[in-house]
Order: sequence, then structure tokens, then C-alpha cells
Amino acid sequence: MDEQTFADFHVCVARPRSARRWFKPQVRLYVDGRSPFAPLPFDQAFPMLEWGLNWCVSAHCHQYLIIHAAVVERSGRALILPAPPGSGKSTLTAALVHRGWRLLSDELTLIEPESCRVVPIPRPVSLKNGSIAAIRAFAPAAEIGVPVRDTVKGTVAHMRAPHDEPLASLRTIEPHWVVFPRYEASAASQMTPVPKALAFMQVADQAFNYTIHGRRGFDVLATLIDRCACRSLEFGELAAAVAAVDSLARAS
Amino acid sequence: MTTAATPSVVAALRAPRVLEGFNIPQWEDLVGQARRTNLVSRLAYALRDTGMLSTVPAAPRSHLEAALVVAGAQAEAVRREVDLVRSALTPIDTDIVLLKGAAYLMAGLPISRGRVFTDIDILLPFDRLADAEAALHLHGWSTTHHDAYDQRYYRQWMHELPPLRHNVRMSVLDVHHAILPRTARLAPSSAKLLEAALPVAGEPRLRVLCPTDMVLHCATHLLHNEELSQGLRDLADLDSLLCRFGNSPGFWDALPRRAAELDLCRPLAYGVRYAVRYFGSSVPAAVRDAIGAGGASRATVRLMDALYDRALQPVGDHGAGPATSMARSALYLRGHWLRMPLPLLLFHLCIKATRRTPEA
Repeated sequence: MDEQTFADFHVCVARPRSARRWFKPQVRLYVDGRSPFAPLPFDQAFPMLEWGLNWCVSAHCHQYLIIHAAVVERSGRALILPAPPGSGKSTLTAALVHRGWRLLSDELTLIEPESCRVVPIPRPVSLKNGSIAAIRAFAPAAEIGVPVRDTVKGTVAHMRAPHDEPLASLRTIEPHWVVFPRYEASAASQMTPVPKALAFMQVADQAFNYTIHGRRGFDVLATLIDRCACRSLEFGELAAAVAAVDSLARAS
Repeated sequence: MTTAATPSVVAALRAPRVLEGFNIPQWEDLVGQARRTNLVSRLAYALRDTGMLSTVPAAPRSHLEAALVVAGAQAEAVRREVDLVRSALTPIDTDIVLLKGAAYLMAGLPISRGRVFTDIDILLPFDRLADAEAALHLHGWSTTHHDAYDQRYYRQWMHELPPLRHNVRMSVLDVHHAILPRTARLAPSSAKLLEAALPVAGEPRLRVLCPTDMVLHCATHLLHNEELSQGLRDLADLDSLLCRFGNSPGFWDALPRRAAELDLCRPLAYGVRYAVRYFGSSVPAAVRDAIGAGGASRATVRLMDALYDRALQPVGDHGAGPATSMARSALYLRGHWLRMPLPLLLFHLCIKATRRTPEA
């Protein structure tokens, strides 16, 4: 990096300075010289790096309201997908970014409190278990890394976003839709309006640092929900889910 | 300071003006150091107080602003928690003496601005401990150490109950009956500390240690803590307290006298030595002479200087280097050595080494 670029965190994954360097090798994550997690088997180095990067943001970047949500962009407008783990959020995101949406994040949506706009932090999308094959089938051109087995989240592989060049023109993006995805095997795609009060509570539930922001957190979230069309999306099949999202985008 | 390399975060806290000419790589180094030493929010307050925060380049500034948000939320949470502890302890009919962070905050001391909390510490008379524990259990606090050895370790040898955690809010409360373990070589009298504790204005039933005792406790904590990764933060605390109380009439005369009364001459001597060495704390020469080395030999002091200069260095990107690790291990052992007699220490370290604790 050049002299004018500020690195927010110094992160590395390295073999520990112990016998586990050689014997049943492990890997340790260092964030600014501190090691916040127990070491993992060596072949999990890459997932550990990804979790470490997420931890850096969610444990430190409280200048933003941090929502556990994927977020993608099209025509300068952001679609936020808040959901608990296992809802198909990353899978849907991976599908959307192969159909003209741009990845802003598959895990953490950062809202700048002053402007109530989304700050992008794009990184490879983390696909788990069955999602890996689902995305390979949905987007054969997808660039997916080597799957890592037996992690705490099962088998994990990372997918490169097709449009991963930096968004030079947009530092922040206007949020326009909030969609709560929920994967249900063999369910038909169904998009349902969500009342604003309920949407507020559901997003607050997924906000890591809502309580840290206190009153301001409430105000920022209220503004966000006011500005966005809020829907829930139950889906069992990716093509239909993408079509439902696209028709929402065309309609509003 | 003459010999030790001053970390840039210390230089910045001492004189924020040094940051005016900082370029981006220097800022990156500074923010990293501040994070490694738990001093980001302290630094943020120092810059805000001097009106310099708005002049900081955007990238490092956003980290400082994040730290301000967290510090503000923590202060509010601690006030609320202290209030809840007070109401839970209503039946035990004794004043609650707050220690460390919670005391600094409730007493409105400048040191509390931007100080990161991990738990709340209170001091109670030993004979009220059982009642206090029962009352806290009734109000949702539970013990954190369920292992029989740990329970025995705390109850038989330590100066506090096993830490309590609230079942719903997850906040941690340390209930002390002394400021050093029962097994420690030094034995500051809790009765004297409690007797001299001062009420907190506008806060019924809450007290804090009087200024000399607060300084002595802070120095004792620094010198007896086996965890040197927080060393610079503790020193910054001590510097801030000395600066705050240094102008009060009688403080400097009383400090060495009180140290003698409480059997804390040695921790005070080292504490003052390193606060002056690192933070340039202004301590009158006569007081420094009166405190002296607290009975330590010159060779011991030289060794301690060497260990502290090493141990207080912020860690590198791959954790502490070999020299810093070694110095910290030596001070870790020293911390334990001061806390318990050798046979007990060996027994305790054997238990700790052979037992597997599940990693969080």
C-alpha cells in the first residue's frame, strides 16, 4: 500500500509459536498483535481470515450502525438483506451478484449515522454446505475457491464477486429496500410486505451495536426503515427469488 | 524519560500537539498502538478536549469517533449497573465502596473519560460478604467459577468472591473485601481503607477511596497485576490521578505517610517511578525523596526498570516478541510471587498447568 493509504487493522493468520507449528499444525489469527480466538486446524486459515475480518469490523467500527445483513446495489440504490444465519442470505446474495447486482457485503451492512447511507465493504462471499453446489449450478461461471471441510459452520467456500472493482464514484449508497430472506426447501417464491414497525424490530434484532448507539441508534434505524420499502421473501429456488427481487426493484 | 523508547501513544497522550505534523503511516501506527494498549478512547478524549479531533485525517478519525461512541455507552451502562448493585444491596445496610473504573466514573474524575471497563469492582467489610452475596444472588447475579478448585482459590486465598455475572445483562461484578489477596506479602488494612472512604456527592450509600488511597490502590494494582498487557493503561490511570490530586492541599505530604500506614511503600515507589518515567507525571522532588525506592535495593530497581521497559512496549503484529514475552512472563511470575507464599504458588501453578480450561 502507498504512503497515503491508511490500513484500519493489521490482520494476519500465522502458525502459532508452539509445538503446534509442526505437530498437527494450527493457525492463529492476529489482529493488531492480539489473538482474539482459539487457534484452528491449519487448513482453515482462509475461513479464519474471513471471520477475523468480520470480527474487526463488528467489534470496533462503532462509528457505524452495524447490521447483520447482506447488502447489494443496483443503479445507485442499496438492497439490504437482514437475516439470522442459515436463512440463505449469502446464497441469495451470490445469486444476485451474478444477475446484475453489485456486492457491497454478504455479512455486515454498515450505516453511516450522519447520512443514513450504506458504507460498502465488499469481500468474497462465504458459501456454506449445500449453497456451494447451488451457486455452481445457478452460475456456472462463478469463481469459487477450494472448499474447506469440517469448520464450525460445516464446509465453507468463498466466491469472488463478478463486479469486485472498487466503487470509485460512490463512497456511500442510498438504502432503498429492506428484504428479509428466508430459505425454505421447495417453497414457492413469495414476497410479502412487512409493516414498518415490525421491520424496525427485526432489523434492530440483527443490529450488533444497536444498544451502543442508544437514542441515536433508534433515530438512525427509524430513518432507514422510513426510507426503505420493506418486504419478506420466502424462497426455495434461486432463479425465482432473483426474479422476485428484480420485480421489486423495477416496481419501486 | 531517558532510557526507554516512548511508544507514540504515550507521547500523544502526554502532549497531543505532537500529532499536528503526523503523516498517514504515523497515524496508522498510533491507532494500532492505542488499540494494542486499550487507550484508543483515552486518546480520542484527549484530542477532543484539545479541540484537535476535527483536524485528524478522516481515516484515523473514524476509529477515534467509534471509540468515543463506545466509551459514552459504557459510561452510561456502568452508571445504570452501579445503581442496580446499590438497590440489590439495600438489605445489607452498609455503604458500598466503589473501586477503580466505577469509582472514577461516579466520582466524576477526569480519568474516567475514555476508560474502558471490563467489570465493576466494589469493596465491602469482610463480615458483610455472605449477606451481600446472598442479596446479589437474589437479584440475578451468579458465580462465574463452578469448579471446586476455583471456588476454593477465591474464597480461601483471594481478596474477593469469585466474580459474579448477571444472568440477564451479563455484566461482571467483583466483590472485594481487600485490595490484595489474603495470601499476599503486603497486607493493607481494609478497615483503614473503608474508614477513610469518602461519600460520593449526590449518590447515597456510595463511597470511593480517599485520594491517597485511590492512588495507592492504582499503584498496587499496576505492580501486583500479573497481566502486563494492560500496563500502559494502568500507568496512564496513575498519571491522571496524580495530576488530578496533585494540586489538592496536603495531598503530597499525606501520600508517603499513608503508604507507610497501609504497608504499600514499595508499590507506590515503583508506581511513581514509572508514571514519571513514562508519562512525565509531576511529583515534587521532596515527595520522590520521601518515597525513595520503597526499600528495594538498587540492583532490584535496575532489574525492574529493564523488565518494565520491555513489558510495557506495545506488541507487534504477531503478538509480543521474545524479549517482551520474556519480560512479561517474569513479571507474571513476580505478580504471583507477591500474591502468595512460594509453596502455595507452586501448588497453584501446578494445578493451573495441568488442568485444561475450555477456551472461550
